[in-house]
Amino acid sequence: MATPAKSPTPQKKTNGKAGNGTWVGKRMKRKEDPRMIRGISHYTDDLKLAGMVHCAFTRSPHAHAEIKAIRTDAAKALPGVIAVYTSADTTGLGPVPCAIQMPDLKVPRHPVLAEGRVRYVGEPVAVVVAEDLYIARDAAELVEVDYEPLPAVTDLEKALGKDSPLVHEQLKSNQAFTHQLKNGDVEAGFKKADRIVKQRMMNQRLAPIAMEPRAVVAEYLPGENRLTVWSSTQIPHLLKTQISLLVGLPETAVRVIAPEVGGGFGSKLNVYGEEGVVPWLAMKTGRPVKWNEGRRENFMATIHGRDALNDVELALKKDGTILGMRARVLADMGAYHQLLTPLIPQLTALMHAGCYKIPAIQIDIIGVFTNKMSTDAYRGAGRPEATFNVERIMELGAREMGMDPAEFRRKNFPLPKEFPYTTVTGLTYDSAKYQESLAKALKLSGYDSLRRRQKEGWKRGKYYGVGVSTYVEICAIGPSAATPAGGWESGTVRIEPTGKVTVLTGASPHGQGEETTFAQLVADQLGIDPQDVNVVHGDTLAVPYGIGTFGSRATAVGGTAIYMATQKLKSKLATLAAHLLGSKPADISIGRGQLTAKSGKRIPFGEVVLAAYTARNIPVGFEPGLEATHFFEPSNFTFPFGCHVCSVEVDIETGEIKIEKYVAVDDCGNVINPLLVAGQIQGGIAQGLGQALWEEVVYNDDGQLVTGTLMDYAIPKAHLLPEFTLDHTVTPSPVNPMGVKGVGEAGTIASTPCIVNAVCDALSPFGVRHIEMPLKPERVWNAIRTAKAIPAIAASAEAPRKREAVRRRA
Amino acid sequence: MTKNVTITVNGVERRASVEPRLLLVHFLRENAGLTGTHVGCETSLCGACTVLLDGRAVKSCTVLAVQADGRNITTVEGLASGDQLHAIQEGFWEEHGLQCGFCTPGMIMCSHDLLEHHPNPSDSEIREGINGNLCRCTGYQHIVAAVKNAAQKMSRPTAARAGAR
Ligand code: FES
Ligand code: FES
Repeated sequence: MATPAKSPTPQKKTNGKAGNGTWVGKRMKRKEDPRMIRGISHYTDDLKLAGMVHCAFTRSPHAHAEIKAIRTDAAKALPGVIAVYTSADTTGLGPVPCAIQMPDLKVPRHPVLAEGRVRYVGEPVAVVVAEDLYIARDAAELVEVDYEPLPAVTDLEKALGKDSPLVHEQLKSNQAFTHQLKNGDVEAGFKKADRIVKQRMMNQRLAPIAMEPRAVVAEYLPGENRLTVWSSTQIPHLLKTQISLLVGLPETAVRVIAPEVGGGFGSKLNVYGEEGVVPWLAMKTGRPVKWNEGRRENFMATIHGRDALNDVELALKKDGTILGMRARVLADMGAYHQLLTPLIPQLTALMHAGCYKIPAIQIDIIGVFTNKMSTDAYRGAGRPEATFNVERIMELGAREMGMDPAEFRRKNFPLPKEFPYTTVTGLTYDSAKYQESLAKALKLSGYDSLRRRQKEGWKRGKYYGVGVSTYVEICAIGPSAATPAGGWESGTVRIEPTGKVTVLTGASPHGQGEETTFAQLVADQLGIDPQDVNVVHGDTLAVPYGIGTFGSRATAVGGTAIYMATQKLKSKLATLAAHLLGSKPADISIGRGQLTAKSGKRIPFGEVVLAAYTARNIPVGFEPGLEATHFFEPSNFTFPFGCHVCSVEVDIETGEIKIEKYVAVDDCGNVINPLLVAGQIQGGIAQGLGQALWEEVVYNDDGQLVTGTLMDYAIPKAHLLPEFTLDHTVTPSPVNPMGVKGVGEAGTIASTPCIVNAVCDALSPFGVRHIEMPLKPERVWNAIRTAKAIPAIAASAEAPRKREAVRRRA
Repeated sequence: MTKNVTITVNGVERRASVEPRLLLVHFLRENAGLTGTHVGCETSLCGACTVLLDGRAVKSCTVLAVQADGRNITTVEGLASGDQLHAIQEGFWEEHGLQCGFCTPGMIMCSHDLLEHHPNPSDSEIREGINGNLCRCTGYQHIVAAVKNAAQKMSRPTAARAGAR
């Protein structure tokens, strides 16, 4: 194992075993799987409570309209309907919270049910409670709303224009905020530059599409004054706090449970109006209430991701050295802020230096309101946007300089000895060897032969392209000073009297498999079997306050909290064992189900544990029981990195893209379970390719959602994806004692620019510089057809001839 | 207006009086209490609700309960026999073919149908075979491995897989 780079923090790596223990580092099958493959696990929609009723929302069909009147009589008259409510009834409830504070941020009131005006298609206007789901949905359609449609705005640039319709009239403009990150002498860098490369790039709007849509069940017991809310959420504790504020109950009366959660990808890292309305309905009607979103609502009313228009410039010296970078980003907020909406583009600014040495940078961001659903965190959240901008402009820079894109990147990497490396954006990258992952990926992909084949291809009218993307991402979110709601995490470890171990984590896994990885980690520390470790999460009454699972933080922050709690228990066990064995605590080692003194005397693990509970023979001052909690505050983020290479063939007659090879070399520090890491990377790559090739949320000019079903919004299917070849390098993080970094978003961040680079590379003979995502065949074909220049690279007569043929056929 | 139906689910005959518009998936989840069959779209596009209807995979959100009258349904809950998992379930477990698990029951039932007709499928046959089932977590690679793993197990003589099925 590589030695960690010098720590920028007092946190030293304390146990070299964390990277390769008996269980840590092993490909272990998941503990959570048996219940899932048998179909007996419980997602929120699977819950059935005695007397439970259902609710459904009436939603706006207009992007922008005045509500003139709402008539609920017909809905109320339907047999089986219990109640119908509008904003007239919910005056004390809400508003939907936004956690971000910035000096000039405009935060318009975001009601749980529309108040007088609707501002996006799908905004909830009324809610119906009925005996069953079918009746609730029927009744929701019977709610009559008189709308007076108003002009809507969906285009970012138009929204900033003088004559634009205003999403929130009282704000007098659609500008939500401005944010500038500037460091170094940018003007001088651009003045000195031999070449300046510019590109405009749209990072399109995406829908997260967790396969489980949102769902909420709430029950209120007035006698106990106890509100229990089951929600498909990534942040049960934060949600508990927010629900108490939304419905006006003391926080001690609210319990939130995140049962099995069917994927989130950021979309459930939020507090939604429905998560206030459903509990409120339970309190109001005295019946447990269930709401189940359904896919159509999910498209309309669950947060979207990305949606930013980027103008990026790179200043270069003759030899390919970067002198400066500039970007102007228009970021679409949608109609309202959700929990973190305005934060996302700021992450883009922070990560805009990529893994390169950039002496000067200026990023200007304008947040813009439009008549669309809110954007917020979607897998990667701000970093994919940054990485796309950086990796695309690097690609164009290399091309401009006539340099190989891999070589061009290498030239601008910081050296391993420069870590911890402070970026021009003010971050301190913990540890990295960018050169190593690049070299490995090039080798694994057969980069040189791919390049040779590309040149040969031109002679035969074949257009192969190779895409490289070297990324760095910001994970383990994060130091509390840099996060809106605290960036620490809690972990409790309790060794039960029988020697079985209960782990309580404030992280809230929803597919990542931490019931397994945390069990591996604790098992190694205590020298027991992971099957004897039970990881509990997602119940605010059982688990100490925690932050949740997002930003690839669960292992690096949540896992470390557990690791630290386990250290406390180890020292307690050693003290007790020393007492029982007549030895010194420092002379006790733990492993293989026993505690052993230097003298060779040993005692079974279970006996020491029992002694801690029976407490009849304990040292003076020894606190009985074996439970420890640690709230871990990370001193820095972690910065996983890697290099992806893919090769494609583009059919210039149809615009179709064939992915021939996809190689990913990732470095997420020490690995606890390689099987699960591979799963995260593969899933991430698939999502990133989805953005690059197929996915796009489309609103028309009137603000109608055109892509409202899985028929119109194309997420990757099995037969569309290639097999990914994975490898890794291991550069432990010095930021936490386990040396782990995080891996949840890497694949998504790296893969999008990788394949776009490959496709544009394939079409370089036609002078195609850039194609906007998703790279649908029609767009690719049009790009070939309209490309202006035929550069010297297409010296073979074939390319232009083909191009003419394409034109003629058009 | 309701209609009486008799539907055999995982070998158990269930009688109920249902609305003609009741979807089979809701019958399974609400009436039969089998919530292993998930609802991801209600529009036949995601495959989370896949079950076997007389042995063939169908999307149970696109079948009415009344259409299943007198027929046999197998859901994911009906695959294992006691403690013994079905080979496909084992395959998904061993190859990490699931993350959040929401698509998994549908994937498993769809793979069941696939393996019935292609006992020894190639990677691309598997990818084609499951392309009506969406998974947002895995990127499918481990699902392909899971189905292959299951195919190998199932092609071994029954005796070799002691107690299997
Ligand atoms: S729920 Fe049946 S296909 Fe999606
Ligand atoms: S495992 Fe989550 S959707 Fe497939």
